[in-house]
Amino acid sequence: MQKALGYRDFDWLLLGMVMLLCTLSVFEIYSATMHTKYIGFHIKQMYWIGGGLALMFLLARVDYHRLLDFAYWAYGACILSLVAVRLVGTRVMGARRWVRLGPVHFQPSEWVKLVLIVLVAHYFANLGCKRLTWPDIFKAIGLVGVPMLLVVAQPDLGTALTYFPILFIGLFLGGIHWRQALLLVAVSLVVVVGAWSSGKVVKPYQKARLTSFLNPDADPRGTGYHLRQSLIAVGSGGIWGQGAEKGTQTQGNFLPIPHADFIFAAFSEEHGFVGAFLVLLLYFAILMRLIQNAQTAADISGSLLVMGVVAVLTFQIMVNIGMVIGFMPVTGIPLPLMSYGGSSVLFTFLALGVVMNVRMRRFVN
Amino acid sequence: MTSERVNREEKLPALKLTLAQYGILLLMLVLVAGLWRLQVLGADSWKVLAEQNRIRKVPILAPRGKLFDREGRLLVDNYPSVSCFLVREQGSNIDADLPLIARGLDLDLDQLRATLRHYHGSAAYQPIPIKQDITPDEQAFIAAHRNELPELETIDEERRLYPRDGFASHVIGYVGEVSEEMLNDPRYAYYEPGDVVGRAGIEQSYDEILRGQDGSMDVIVDSHGREVGRAGVQPAIPGHDLKLTLDIDIQRAAEEALGAANGAIIAMDPRTGEILALVSHPNFDPNAFAVRIGRAEWTQLITDPNHPLMNKAIQDQLAPGSTFKVIMSVAGLQQGIAQNLKVNCAGGGNFYGHFFHCDHHHGLLSIHEAIPESCDTYFYQLASMLGIDTIAKYAHELGIGVKTGIDLPDEMAGIMPSTEWKMKTYHEKWYAGEVISVGIGQGAVAVTPIQLLRALSGVASDGHMVRPHLVDASQVPVDFERALLDSYPGSGSTVVPMNPDTWMTITDGMAGTTQPGLYHTAEGAHLEGIDFAGKTGTAQVVGGGDTHNRGGAKTPNAWFVGMAPRRNPEIAVVVLQEHGDWGSGSAKLAAQVITAYVNKQRHEENNLATAPTKPVATGQQAAYLPIPAPMSAAQPASTMEMAAVWSRPDKVRQTGHQQESSPEQMAVGGFQIALDHPEDPIREATPEGLPQTAGQRAATARKPEAR
Repeated sequence: MQKALGYRDFDWLLLGMVMLLCTLSVFEIYSATMHTKYIGFHIKQMYWIGGGLALMFLLARVDYHRLLDFAYWAYGACILSLVAVRLVGTRVMGARRWVRLGPVHFQPSEWVKLVLIVLVAHYFANLGCKRLTWPDIFKAIGLVGVPMLLVVAQPDLGTALTYFPILFIGLFLGGIHWRQALLLVAVSLVVVVGAWSSGKVVKPYQKARLTSFLNPDADPRGTGYHLRQSLIAVGSGGIWGQGAEKGTQTQGNFLPIPHADFIFAAFSEEHGFVGAFLVLLLYFAILMRLIQNAQTAADISGSLLVMGVVAVLTFQIMVNIGMVIGFMPVTGIPLPLMSYGGSSVLFTFLALGVVMNVRMRRFVN
Repeated sequence: MTSERVNREEKLPALKLTLAQYGILLLMLVLVAGLWRLQVLGADSWKVLAEQNRIRKVPILAPRGKLFDREGRLLVDNYPSVSCFLVREQGSNIDADLPLIARGLDLDLDQLRATLRHYHGSAAYQPIPIKQDITPDEQAFIAAHRNELPELETIDEERRLYPRDGFASHVIGYVGEVSEEMLNDPRYAYYEPGDVVGRAGIEQSYDEILRGQDGSMDVIVDSHGREVGRAGVQPAIPGHDLKLTLDIDIQRAAEEALGAANGAIIAMDPRTGEILALVSHPNFDPNAFAVRIGRAEWTQLITDPNHPLMNKAIQDQLAPGSTFKVIMSVAGLQQGIAQNLKVNCAGGGNFYGHFFHCDHHHGLLSIHEAIPESCDTYFYQLASMLGIDTIAKYAHELGIGVKTGIDLPDEMAGIMPSTEWKMKTYHEKWYAGEVISVGIGQGAVAVTPIQLLRALSGVASDGHMVRPHLVDASQVPVDFERALLDSYPGSGSTVVPMNPDTWMTITDGMAGTTQPGLYHTAEGAHLEGIDFAGKTGTAQVVGGGDTHNRGGAKTPNAWFVGMAPRRNPEIAVVVLQEHGDWGSGSAKLAAQVITAYVNKQRHEENNLATAPTKPVATGQQAAYLPIPAPMSAAQPASTMEMAAVWSRPDKVRQTGHQQESSPEQMAVGGFQIALDHPEDPIREATPEGLPQTAGQRAATARKPEAR
């Protein structure tokens, strides 16, 4: 029944909005790195985006049902690669996150995200999204929890947290009853509070980072430094911004990593409230378009796939921008489609490839 | 497989998706509200903070670790110095001040502008070094112009102070500003432009240990760049000191021996691989690099035809000449050919239709004469019988054509030809006739001095090959050592299995080289009372004939590898004089270094030199004792024989005339030690009259191993 699919049904509107954001990203990376040793990273980012586009088109060609069939194998490979990082990974700034394959350093925790989206969609689609029993719920928690714990141990709390929205959206759309949900929230609150106060699970520096956003002025040269510089950058942008390549926080090197985690702060400083608002609008439009694709998907597994992508992207946007404007702790989660970084760009485009995939097959049945 | 397709017709409840949409909208509104609060409502107060937010980072430079010789004598020191930096501040117009700065600091205005352009792309807070090691007058100038030139900043730092006259310069290396291409190398990710980094020698290979970690001081400045307070200090962590295996006394002897000749001398302890001395000439003055080197001086260094920056000891790849005959002998004896080979040398011989010359008419000789007399004809014959691939196999085992892995940067590997090598390099077949010149270390064979030293002293140590090194691994972290071994790969320490007869015959032959005798090639370097063995090499250069005018471009390179004592040597020396004519000349230089070593040993306290162990033929003709072969299979493994160098009780010394002591009073020999009590072998084995403290040092240095 599978016919050769043209790219007529490809979501060109979505791709247009995505490329607009990518263009803004490249310009801002150029501006933010011109006086640092990262000069020239905007060129690298363009290469990453090009590679991401190619991967997206490739992934869109493979029927997503085949991806779903493949989910458990890929999941096994993920677990193995995470264990491999633990054993043979390269240690960078105290954390083992990278595996070296020839000349390329690879961060498995990024593509685990993608596999989890597919796996969770597969799992809940099989259950029919009617009513979840407690064993169903626990199995889902286990499937997401194992890689999450492995990544927490790297330690990379930020990336591990991005797995959580996948589980959340799966349970929500998979048909969890509100009573079950309430109970789960209560139990996890107890667990989190317990882990926090036991002092063993969460390392002191992580604790300090997680709490400093509440009162960044307490230690302006220490943990609160990044946050404070970020707030000054965003705030001093005003309504119209200081102008491209003119932000004193960005150009004066006060803003930490202004091309990666804090790129939104750099952008807000140079382009003001107007620019930042337009970027948020663009993100909102993209997310709405994604949800529309979920509604028109041919079957329930397609919808779940797209919603998984929505959940991860929403989470990352919220946490990153929330961090930049002081609503969230500093966690090192990149802003999708804007932050510099190969792993992050490739993941986002692969995730969009899944969405395109589902959309292209919406009439195939 | 098909189970999930059961649900094809089903859809997710639209309500839930709509709910998700509203959820996202809500979250977005929260973010917009946050932005509104910061950028619209709070903009003015944040702008004030941004204005105040001018913290200038002033680096506190970490002093590099010092270098000491093996006895803890200072080799490389630091001295306090003041450098001038220029700090760019936004809005201030530095360009207008440049002529004044150039005048006050005695700088070339164009060069100063070029420096600023060079740093154009670097971080704005980063100070630009404009002049290092400034004079008190220039410091006074900066102090007097504090108000007109607030962008000038001075920093106290420690600079490198190297020995004068290029002493050990190729071992030590030098430091310099980190280069553009280094900054692009991930291994140098630690560095920022303008940082000082080791660029050669130990300074480069142990840079990570020596460099320490720069600190910084956060100085709060107002919008005009004037200091208004200090926000915090991160102190610098000084680099670690390193103790080299180098011995200043032996190094000095080696430098004096080589003199003005182009070439290299290395002295090594073949038991451990510790380098005692390493000279390469011409050398350079590392102090010239410590403050930024002038363009003219640099051009001169890199265009000098004698390559002063090249460490000839590890980078010069030359034909080994007759020194290669030791490796030929190993191949010949191990293959069971050389033992019974007798060759009649009539000033050369015919091979593959050509006549190949020898230096003399040696007449009929066996391997026992062929090594000390260095008869080419014998080794032509041996080479033609062995064939190139057998020779290459043994040469490879002994490390020819492979880096030794010495902990100095940019070692070369040399070349050991073979049929496979020729096919790979020239895509040509190997012609059998080519093996003849390889037999005497000519042809395509190329070795570095360090390689040759390791190979020949390894043969004399029963095939125990070492990794030459200048820093003992115990001083550096395990991780660093492992990374070092990775980045300086080499054959390392191995054992090449060898018949006892093989190395006994060869070491006896090499000992004969320095003994008086007809045709013995290094009899002029004979050391009375020292068991001094070695092999000369007079290696023709490409396009050169037998033109023996010293120093000429076509004059052969003069090699010598010498060691004492002949078996399990304590010291081995390689001498290379480029275009130095006969190898016998190099043998005399090696003899000087060995003499310095032996003389030093006897002055050490707690040394064997204070007490003789055996009735030695004191001071008479036969001071050189033949060592009985200890390794015959029948002998129980519970004892082993040790070789040692010592002197007899020195009456001259007791009467206070130290300067009269001479190498003739040194003696050498062997004694048995028991291996039954490995924890204290000497006590059991004390030969008559040996006090227990004496000898312990020499004996424990040599790991007793039952062979």
